[in-house]
Amino acid sequence: MTEPLRLDGVDFAHDGRPVLRGLDLSLPAGTITALMGPSGCGKSTLIALAAGLLTPDAGRVARRCARLGIVFQDPALLPWKTALGNVGFALRGLGLGRAERRARARAMLDAVGLGPGDAGKYPRQLSGGMRQRVALARALAVAPDLLLCDEAFSALDAPVRAKLWQLLHELRARTGLTILFVTHDQDEAMEHADRLAIMAPGRIEQTASVDACISAFTSRMNAPVS
Amino acid sequence: MARKRPPSRLWSLAGLALLLVLWEAGHRIWGPLVLPGLAETGVTLWHMIAEGRVAPALAQTAGNAGMGWVLGAATAMIAGTLAGLRPEAQRALQPVAVVLLGIPAIAWVVLALLWFGGRWAVVFTVAVATGPLVFAAAVAGVHSLDGGLVRMARAFRVPLGARLAHMHLPHMLGHVFPALATTLAMSWKVSVMAELLAGAGGIGDGLATARAHVDTAAMMAWVLVVVAVLVAVDLALLQPLQRRMVHWRDDGRGVGT
Repeated sequence: MTEPLRLDGVDFAHDGRPVLRGLDLSLPAGTITALMGPSGCGKSTLIALAAGLLTPDAGRVARRCARLGIVFQDPALLPWKTALGNVGFALRGLGLGRAERRARARAMLDAVGLGPGDAGKYPRQLSGGMRQRVALARALAVAPDLLLCDEAFSALDAPVRAKLWQLLHELRARTGLTILFVTHDQDEAMEHADRLAIMAPGRIEQTASVDACISAFTSRMNAPVS
Repeated sequence: MARKRPPSRLWSLAGLALLLVLWEAGHRIWGPLVLPGLAETGVTLWHMIAEGRVAPALAQTAGNAGMGWVLGAATAMIAGTLAGLRPEAQRALQPVAVVLLGIPAIAWVVLALLWFGGRWAVVFTVAVATGPLVFAAAVAGVHSLDGGLVRMARAFRVPLGARLAHMHLPHMLGHVFPALATTLAMSWKVSVMAELLAGAGGIGDGLATARAHVDTAAMMAWVLVVVAVLVAVDLALLQPLQRRMVHWRDDGRGVGT
């Protein structure tokens, strides 16, 4: 099975302070991996390294994907562009014409639940949750085969979150999209991920399939009390 | 929360009316040699326009001020962008800008008269007097761009041209526009001052001639011409441009939600 993303023995320090030490992680194609861990353990740094925004001090980051989509913790929207313009901005990297960019951006905004009325609004006119949805639409509009989400859904209420996860699952089923998402929500991880990657400060402590985690948990719960 | 309504435009008219009343009162107290009356100034201005003296002078000052401003602003934008992007360039250029800012415009006029003379002395003075302000604004503009936006553009592999046109430039303009507007007005004032000393034509030359003839009404008429141009540029160009540029802001100047 191919691996759209693989990190081998990655070290990274920020201002001389080690953030990641000998970190290993691989994502099999078409899987959804939840990255969990305490605040400050290096999850966002791992996402930035995976996206190629940072260079490791040691080790190797191998990305084998044609197109990368990313949703940051902060939506990172251009304040002088409308929701439609923000999604279209990312599509400039694909070399598409203006009409196609607008059509794709409009369709993806619609897919995340933002209609034509919202597409023409500036970020300041949108709620926090709507901005996150614009950021997700931007990431999905490039038709990625690897999607990195850094607490992308934290600002969304449960029904919207469920709808967006449904969209992601449909995309995965149709295109084989591989997803790595950071979350603090165990229920979200268990419900939507195939695999869990648990981080301790600076390293991956454990990687396991969700099924294995549930089995281990169930057998522990059913074990006789000694 | 309901947005506070801006005060009525009548207040602006009231301020202007007060200025005119004070002018006329000054004329009545000190006499026409010190301060000509409103009517006398108006008539003199009308004669100057009818004799065809205003339009060519206006065109020449506009040319001098415009050319100097464009040269100064363009150079400062390039240097400011470079200084904002490269710390080494900022270290090298910042002291130069500070030194240039510290030199009075009148000193530049005197030096420029020796170096260039005539019209180019005026253009040079305008450029060197306005450039450092735009430079400082450009440096601040580059520095204040959110690093998250830069990372986003890199992650989506947005081409450099698109980044410059759709990310850096709109952000920079938001910072540089006030400096450009201020220096545009400043360029007219500096240009008139330099023309007056250089005798290089334009409104400044008209002022110098009026002074030589102790024609205070003509002097006031030339001042009115400069003020009228600045007000017209502000109302017809700068304010609409600013409204267009800040409509996305959330600091109360942008569009309503």
